[in-house]
Amino acid sequence: MTDSESTPSTPVGPHRPISELETVVVRFAGDSGDGMQLTGTEFTKSVAHEGSDLATFPDFPGEIRAPAGTLAGVSAYQIHFSSQKVFTPGDQPDVLVAMNPAALRINLPDLPSSGILILNTGTFTRPNIEKAGYTSNPIEDGSLSKYQVYAIDISKQTSLALEGMGLTAKEVGRCKNFYALGLMFWLYTHPTEREEKSIRAKFQKNPKVAEANIASFRAGYNYGETTEIFPSRYFVPPAPIVPGTYRHITGNEATAIGLVTAAQLASLPLFYGSYPITPASDILHTLCMYRHYNVITFQAEDEIAAATAAIGASYAGAIGTTGTSGPGLALKGEAIGLAVMTELPLVIVNVQRGGPSTGLPTKTEQADLLQSMFGRNSECPVAVVAPATPGDCFWMAIEAVRIAIRYMCPVIYLSDGYLANGAEPWKLPEVASLPKIPVTFRTDPQGFYPYLRDPETLARPWVIPGAPGLEHRIGGLEKEDITGHVSYDPLNHEQMVRIRAEKIARIVHEIPEAQVYGDPSGDLLIVGWGSTYGAITHAVKLLRQQGHRVSSMHLRYLNPMPANVGQVLASFRRVLVPEMNLGQLLMMLRAQFLVDAVGLCKVQGRPFKVSEIMAKAEDLLGAYERAEFATHTEVAS
Amino acid sequence: MTPQGDSNECAARLTRKDFISNQDVRWCPGCGDYAILASVQRVMPELGVPREKIVFVSGIGCSSRFPYYMNTYGFHSIHGRAPAVATGIKVTRPDLAVWVITGDGDGLSIGGNHLIHTMRRNVDMKILLFNNRIYGLTKGQASPTSEQGMKTKSTPLGSLDRPFNPLSVAIGASATFVARSIDVDSPHLQYVLRRAAEHKGTAFVEIYQNCNVFNDGTWESVADKDVRSDRLLVLEHGKPLVFGKERKKGIRMRPDMSPEVVEIDGDTSGLLIHDERRQDEGYHFMLSRLTSPQFPQPIGVLRAVREPTYDELITEQGRAVTPQQGKADLETLLYSGETWVVS
Repeated sequence: MTDSESTPSTPVGPHRPISELETVVVRFAGDSGDGMQLTGTEFTKSVAHEGSDLATFPDFPGEIRAPAGTLAGVSAYQIHFSSQKVFTPGDQPDVLVAMNPAALRINLPDLPSSGILILNTGTFTRPNIEKAGYTSNPIEDGSLSKYQVYAIDISKQTSLALEGMGLTAKEVGRCKNFYALGLMFWLYTHPTEREEKSIRAKFQKNPKVAEANIASFRAGYNYGETTEIFPSRYFVPPAPIVPGTYRHITGNEATAIGLVTAAQLASLPLFYGSYPITPASDILHTLCMYRHYNVITFQAEDEIAAATAAIGASYAGAIGTTGTSGPGLALKGEAIGLAVMTELPLVIVNVQRGGPSTGLPTKTEQADLLQSMFGRNSECPVAVVAPATPGDCFWMAIEAVRIAIRYMCPVIYLSDGYLANGAEPWKLPEVASLPKIPVTFRTDPQGFYPYLRDPETLARPWVIPGAPGLEHRIGGLEKEDITGHVSYDPLNHEQMVRIRAEKIARIVHEIPEAQVYGDPSGDLLIVGWGSTYGAITHAVKLLRQQGHRVSSMHLRYLNPMPANVGQVLASFRRVLVPEMNLGQLLMMLRAQFLVDAVGLCKVQGRPFKVSEIMAKAEDLLGAYERAEFATHTEVAS
Repeated sequence: MTPQGDSNECAARLTRKDFISNQDVRWCPGCGDYAILASVQRVMPELGVPREKIVFVSGIGCSSRFPYYMNTYGFHSIHGRAPAVATGIKVTRPDLAVWVITGDGDGLSIGGNHLIHTMRRNVDMKILLFNNRIYGLTKGQASPTSEQGMKTKSTPLGSLDRPFNPLSVAIGASATFVARSIDVDSPHLQYVLRRAAEHKGTAFVEIYQNCNVFNDGTWESVADKDVRSDRLLVLEHGKPLVFGKERKKGIRMRPDMSPEVVEIDGDTSGLLIHDERRQDEGYHFMLSRLTSPQFPQPIGVLRAVREPTYDELITEQGRAVTPQQGKADLETLLYSGETWVVS
């Protein structure tokens, strides 16, 4: 292997000043075969190790390999890192790395004027330029003049660096993302040793490729070091992060680990039934690796079997869980009804994506809230929870399991594509601090009836086959209260409908009150749920810095909602509900609390920008202030 | 927690009565389901499995009311999904004896997917498919086993659909045990049920069942006492394929590999010898295609081969992987992968 004399840690080039920055947003964009997701995650790991706070946003196409160089094939990864608390992956990049013309064309509209643009000129060939829909070469036609452009032939530089390593042209082509990564390491003064170790570990099955990637990575780093095109390097100081042990985690990983943890806390086997579906499949992939934790994963023949097998597992004494995305939730609807009727614990993970129908499989949306609430035949209440951040997925997965077991009911857990693939540094909990989830299987035949309820929670007993003397039959037909016999009695039916509703309503007694970020009262309350947490919180922080009387309340429990929601809503003059749908939580709040809340709806398959929420809030505050002014003038005259 | 005590002693003393639940049976008077229920309740005490270790799972339809009448654990699930529910039960609790009750509509139409996938996985459960070639609970529509041209409420001009042959479906899905019996032939049915119970893996049993309200006499032409011996081929492992009142007819293969009926006179040489244990499905599939009036229709065990069951394989994987993976505690679970400390 080439043991480069100029190892990256030994500066040989001209001295460059290092400027300190508070916040940086970098976006890597390229063809979906260019390895942009890997580049992004590798950079993210290093950023985390350097102590910055961070948030990431991977954005990839629905096609696995769209034709190379086309707009449809562009894949991107954005990371926001800062010496301050980070809430979102950033509204717009400060630095855009575009590995081909298509990536440039798709992503350039997000780059602000004078933003840094790093281009791989080697891909700006005539066919590629045309494939991207340009009529002339944007590097040469002056259309990029308002940006700081760094045009580098990364393709050629990479192949020069890898000369003599015995690689095919195709293999060389696959290494150029590490060149770009090396350049970013140099630009942001990150140490290289850890990354080289990481590359070796990642490609340990193919040492030749590992060394080639390292050589490419070093070449990129050295390019920054030796050439004079960059006037400065940057340094982002560590953020004031709560001490502890951290791990980088995506929402899907946190969901999976949360489910395993919950099952361990309940001393139950975990059964996860699932059918492959984007963006939920990674939960299945992660859970598969925990067979030794008494986890049984079942890749079912369809969504319905995934759910019904999970119900069978719960009936037999495991915690039955099933995971999917929106279209799959639609298919599971009848099975969820069965779990409501038979009153068995069941957790349904729904990683929401753009819809309806197949919709936008790889893009995010939060439009399954009403489906989760009402998307089944008849009166079919279930508990609904929603994690707010990738790390919160761990906690809410445990909550979902706890509620399902305690109340013998289905719980729908609403994640989304943005949480699922987004990552953040996650502070690991103290294992000893995690409370056990108590489970009692009834085995005493004395006075046993399948629908005799716990007076507090209204849960029926969990009896699993194998208990002598408690043989009984359950099913989807309406059951007589207490005895569980099939019953068509009209009054019994209404009573059972009301009991099932009341059981879910009583969950409110055992969930925490909603936290208000900001003051407990004021001019504007922004209410959110799910993955909009970051954008809303950041917007509120900035609005408050500007002196506005704005607060936010983020709902992690949607059915039932925490006990204090009505009182919080009533403490503000206006209520704004930003959602990635056409106003679903808005409808629920208006219906339940008769509050004249206003929605901010965005349904573009992309998360909110902080600026979008701020603009709407300022608009509402301005309107309010104008109205106040008008009232005062009237009084004065 | 789960009572794991050995109750075999107790099971040995069980009688038919112990398996009769306190629920009134609500099938139409004269329904073939009564006879099947009686046969199942007679066989159960002989199996040596304690009542509490038995679970009956069903979907929707007349047959699917079955679990209510069995004094075991029972789960009346939703239309077509019983094999999936049962899979969840069996992989969680391999110690349970799991029986699925389904019908031609439930199992082959709305639940066809679960049925074939359960059989290809070879989950250890017994699936009894009551075939009456009609939708009874919804009052008389054509089912996936109704004959082409059959006039029903939903097919007044005659059904256009070509029917499924349940045995062919099962063999096509590589079921490891495939059998057929008849509601009213109690001794034969009990024999088949015992064989199914003894089988490790998915045991698929088609039971010809009469719906005296919506499709009365659907099996009369083959199963009526007067014609039975000529129209049915009673399979016995290791015995030549012989049938007929006088047992003077047999089945052999032509050189082009198609079966033919031949007259015999005591000499069975050249006839096919029934082999339920053949691994390849070709012969069993051929048997499943034998249809009246050209051929007698086979009853008994067509196929019984031992292959690892899905639940055994899951257990085995767990056993194999655990020592390699090391400690399985929460500390290891959470603090794995790349971690770093902020102080």
